[in-house]
Amino acid sequence: MGKLSLIIKREYLAKVRNKSFVVMTFLSPILMVGMVVLVVYLTKINDNEIRTIAVLNESNYFTTDFHGTESTSFVRIRDIDLEAAKDSVQKMGFYGLLYIPDEPDLEKVASRSFFYTKDAPGSNVLDNLENVFEDRLRLRRLQELGVSVSDFESVGNNFEINTANFSGEQNLKGIIEIKAFIGGAFGYLIMMFIIIYGGFVMRSVIEEKTSRIIEVIISSVKPFQLMLGKIIGTSLAGVTQFAIWIISAVLMFGILILVFDIDPSGLNSGAANAPGLVGGAAYMAASDSAMQLYANELFRIPWVMLICFFLIYFILGYLIYSSIYAAIGAAVDNETDTQQFIFPIILPLMLAIYVGFFSVFNNPHGPIAVAFSLFPLTSPIVMLMRLPGGIGEGGVPIWELVVSIFLLIVTFIGIVWLAAKIYRVGILMYGKKPSYRDLFKWLKY
Amino acid sequence: MNNILVAKEVSKQFGNHIALNKVSLEIPKNSIYGLLGPNGAGKTTLIRIINQIINPDQGVIYFDGKLLQPHHISMIGYLPEERGLYKSMKVGEQALYLAQLKGLSKTDAKNRLKYWFDRLEIGDWWNKKIQELSKGMAQKIQFIVTVLHEPKLLIFDEPFSGFDPINANLIKDEILLLRDKGTTIIFSTHRMESVEELCEYIALIHKSEKLLDGKLSDIKKAYKNNIYKVGLGVQSANGLLEDLKDKFQILSSEYVDGGLQLNFTVQLPSNDTGPFLSHLSGRANVNNFTETIPSANDIFIRTVQTK
Repeated sequence: MGKLSLIIKREYLAKVRNKSFVVMTFLSPILMVGMVVLVVYLTKINDNEIRTIAVLNESNYFTTDFHGTESTSFVRIRDIDLEAAKDSVQKMGFYGLLYIPDEPDLEKVASRSFFYTKDAPGSNVLDNLENVFEDRLRLRRLQELGVSVSDFESVGNNFEINTANFSGEQNLKGIIEIKAFIGGAFGYLIMMFIIIYGGFVMRSVIEEKTSRIIEVIISSVKPFQLMLGKIIGTSLAGVTQFAIWIISAVLMFGILILVFDIDPSGLNSGAANAPGLVGGAAYMAASDSAMQLYANELFRIPWVMLICFFLIYFILGYLIYSSIYAAIGAAVDNETDTQQFIFPIILPLMLAIYVGFFSVFNNPHGPIAVAFSLFPLTSPIVMLMRLPGGIGEGGVPIWELVVSIFLLIVTFIGIVWLAAKIYRVGILMYGKKPSYRDLFKWLKY
Repeated sequence: MNNILVAKEVSKQFGNHIALNKVSLEIPKNSIYGLLGPNGAGKTTLIRIINQIINPDQGVIYFDGKLLQPHHISMIGYLPEERGLYKSMKVGEQALYLAQLKGLSKTDAKNRLKYWFDRLEIGDWWNKKIQELSKGMAQKIQFIVTVLHEPKLLIFDEPFSGFDPINANLIKDEILLLRDKGTTIIFSTHRMESVEELCEYIALIHKSEKLLDGKLSDIKKAYKNNIYKVGLGVQSANGLLEDLKDKFQILSSEYVDGGLQLNFTVQLPSNDTGPFLSHLSGRANVNNFTETIPSANDIFIRTVQTK
């Protein structure tokens, strides 16, 4: 135990004192916050830009329908033919020219109208114009059908079905997505951690091989002790880094919000465009009372349970993957030889994330979600996406959780055992780049 | 119990390759023991087994009379052939770390390091990083780390490869001092001439098998084949050589010094040199007469050939 803690301490200090590590630790939050500020700033600039659109209306329709908005203004031009209008619009530097021809009836006018722009027009501008036409056309058709506008509006109310589980608890729409998103955040965290710090473990093993210190050390300690100490030390450094990132990011956002008076809801709506958040934040902004309901629902997510399972899946998943990384590091002489071995590790991780975002979000307890939350190489990520829905009724069945963790533990023992064997042989092998067949042979040494 | 280490029928196989085939050794206490043989003979595998880096498939090892156990690691010092240090770590820190891994307490390790650093006059390197040191400097650190925990058994695998002559001599002297203090030392090398002069005992290993082992002087005695080098002062080429060729088995001969000196090697039928010398007396001046003692390398080649 004494030796293991010595190794952990050395690995931790070696990592933490590393210059690039220090730079990354303190620069990343600044970069991250800086990027968000930049995005917000750029969106604001974009919003502030006023696009002027010229309207050449030769028809008798749409005479009063185009109203300027915050971002667009309309300029009416008349008594000029289309080509001349195009010319002058370009010269004036307007955003575009809307041409509405003179036709006897509205349908024809609409279908023959054109919008000319220098570059492909922005989708919000198009939406804006299309809405004007749609409204007008709808009104016209209603008139033909003899329905008044107020009648139509009273018919057209949206309807949302009420949902509840069998015990009668009401569900909130979108809460599944919010929960999956919380789980997804945990899963994503695990994946990032594995890829970043697993890679650190691997490079650290390679460094010991290339500096030829490895044999000196394993004449004092067991190779397995060294491997374990390296993995633990490196991950402690990783936890330190993550903690610094999270704390400093929170602090800096706090300061930014205070100092620059940035509206946090602005950030939210910006983030709502990101995949995965589509449901959540938009719903949240819907109304204050709904907001309250969602807040209640969020408080009801079993956070303690969730964090406990996060730790279990995180530790086991990380140990599995990082011991594979250590074995790869031991098998090769330099980093360029690692590519062929790394791809098969990244694959299940990517798969887990994709399955999580595409399958678990839609159907948290469907067959695919269940299968991948049992399979040990993907379960740390996929199961965590399912867990915010709770355990037991309405959530993840207990047997699935038990089987998933059981499989994970069995795999953990198996993989660490195999990795330790490859590691033990690999660290003493120099010179040639091993094939998968060589690795298989090493298992039998 | 006069052996620090006894290996009994140790075998190790890697896949289809037999690295060691029933090798038995007895290494006496307080000796310098040479483990000699060409590259790939299995020396390093044997050493790694002694260091418990790998386990033998068959056979047992006794350390100081007891079955080799993990705790014996702290009584063995090992300088591997593939040796190095953490490049970005400071010298002192690194030496402390390695010493503590061998089981020394931090204060003990510090005191002993101070002693050795002063002794090898490298005290001011403590806060330097390894990458700032030259290769020869790093080797001194490696040597110190190997011997720091005062092991009963020291194992050097190809110790002088990569050492510059000055460092090699320095290390050689330190090793002899350690031997005098009671440490047993194993040298493993394929360059047999380099450690022959130091070794009291040797074992020859070839193609995974031990060919022979024992006290070097005994082995040499056994492999002596009554070949003598003779130098005679002669007045002129007066048929002396022809006369000798008639009566004895002359292996090679040459005249030097303008024909005034005849050098030749002769194979005598036994180690009784009397008849040969009395035949010479009166015919020529014997300037020199020495028995050729086979080198470890000669012995090795002869053993391999006769096998």
